[in-house]
Amino acid sequence: MSSRALSERPRLRSPGRMKYDKARQTELLLLPERVVELNEAAGAILRLCDGQRTIVQMIGELETKYGQSGLENDIVEFLAASADRGWIE
Amino acid sequence: MPVSLPYALTAELTHRCPLRCPYCSNPVELQKKENELPTDMWLNVLEQASELGVAQIHFTGGEPLLRPDLERLVRRARELDLYVNLITSGVGLTDQRASRLAEAGVDSIQLSVQAASAELADSIAGFPAHELKRQAARRIRAAGLPLHMNVVLHRANLHLLGEIVELCASWGAERLELANAQYYGWAMRNIRQLLPRREQLQEAEAAYARAQERFGDRIELLWILPDYYEEFPKPCMGGWGQLSLTVAPDGRVLPCTAASDIQTLSFENVKERELAWIWRDSPSFNAYRGYDWMPEPCRSCERRELDYGGCRCQAFLLTGDARAADPVCVRSPHRGIVADRVHAAAHGDAGLSVYSYRGR
Repeated sequence: MSSRALSERPRLRSPGRMKYDKARQTELLLLPERVVELNEAAGAILRLCDGQRTIVQMIGELETKYGQSGLENDIVEFLAASADRGWIE
Repeated sequence: MPVSLPYALTAELTHRCPLRCPYCSNPVELQKKENELPTDMWLNVLEQASELGVAQIHFTGGEPLLRPDLERLVRRARELDLYVNLITSGVGLTDQRASRLAEAGVDSIQLSVQAASAELADSIAGFPAHELKRQAARRIRAAGLPLHMNVVLHRANLHLLGEIVELCASWGAERLELANAQYYGWAMRNIRQLLPRREQLQEAEAAYARAQERFGDRIELLWILPDYYEEFPKPCMGGWGQLSLTVAPDGRVLPCTAASDIQTLSFENVKERELAWIWRDSPSFNAYRGYDWMPEPCRSCERRELDYGGCRCQAFLLTGDARAADPVCVRSPHRGIVADRVHAAAHGDAGLSVYSYRGR
């Protein structure tokens, strides 16, 4: 994934799903035998992994959402780690 | 100690099952059909669980397909945005049932298998299930659901590990749990037939490594350790009453599926109490939370935060005291009990498989 082009459209790997958990007030990644509690940034990135958006589009949306620029490296790094863990494809 | 929120709930819908596996994780005292919670109570349990912070439901049994209300429970769980996992023998999974379950929103199905050949698998299960499982695997995939599988490993099938992985890969499994038998309830009754020799385990671990190389890119393999052969105990359930809970067919709420073996505790029932109260306040769920309950050698042990003293059920079964250090631990004064069993396995008759089968 580290070599993944910014034009790629990552998606959550089936059968994983996202859930906003009201009891903990946090985003969760739900996997068949595991639940991963995500911090806000991780949750926001994975929410955009829908197989429709390119990584470039994701970066643009997140920079707008948080009113920051220069997020590209962090986002690409997180996506690479997520792919290594089998969360996205 | 602050009480965390549970992530997962195991719903044992029934103890009834066409299979009679000699290592079944159900208690030796099986609940009868007339004691099972009715549909409306299960629906209520799902709602309470979701409210409490549960994110994931494992519907299991016994054989959960024996409950005609399974689809309704799945549908409600999905409405509550719970992740739904179904753990099944596959017996009774018709084409129609598979597509109805997929349509109701099952997220993943875990199908058990006993061995690589029908003859051995059926003798382990005490029921001609193997061919039905092959069909079930095909139906699960045809319904568009990911196929996950599990096999319990023991004396009679450990040497076939490579063939079992190959079989599951050929059935289209994306994930396979290779779970060494754990010695509670039924498995404890059959321990002489089930507990492998150390050399058998070492050969199986080598076969596991070869299978990883050969199939690792197609199928996710998980090796669940045989704790009798370890030096330190498993961090059972991530700690008592920390991550998950089980509701038994009769409505009793347990910190793990084996906990009803602990006869010195009494467990609350969803028929009488709210789930949140049981999780937060009941004496049974608080009995082994934190570290204050621990006697030595756990109390002053630096490993207590890694393994929480091991498994309370195993401590009770082997020593009669659920607070004792798990006897798997080399620091336990009762380690000799485990060592004796391992010694007996080394000298027992490897060919003999006359199991004590559970009733249906």
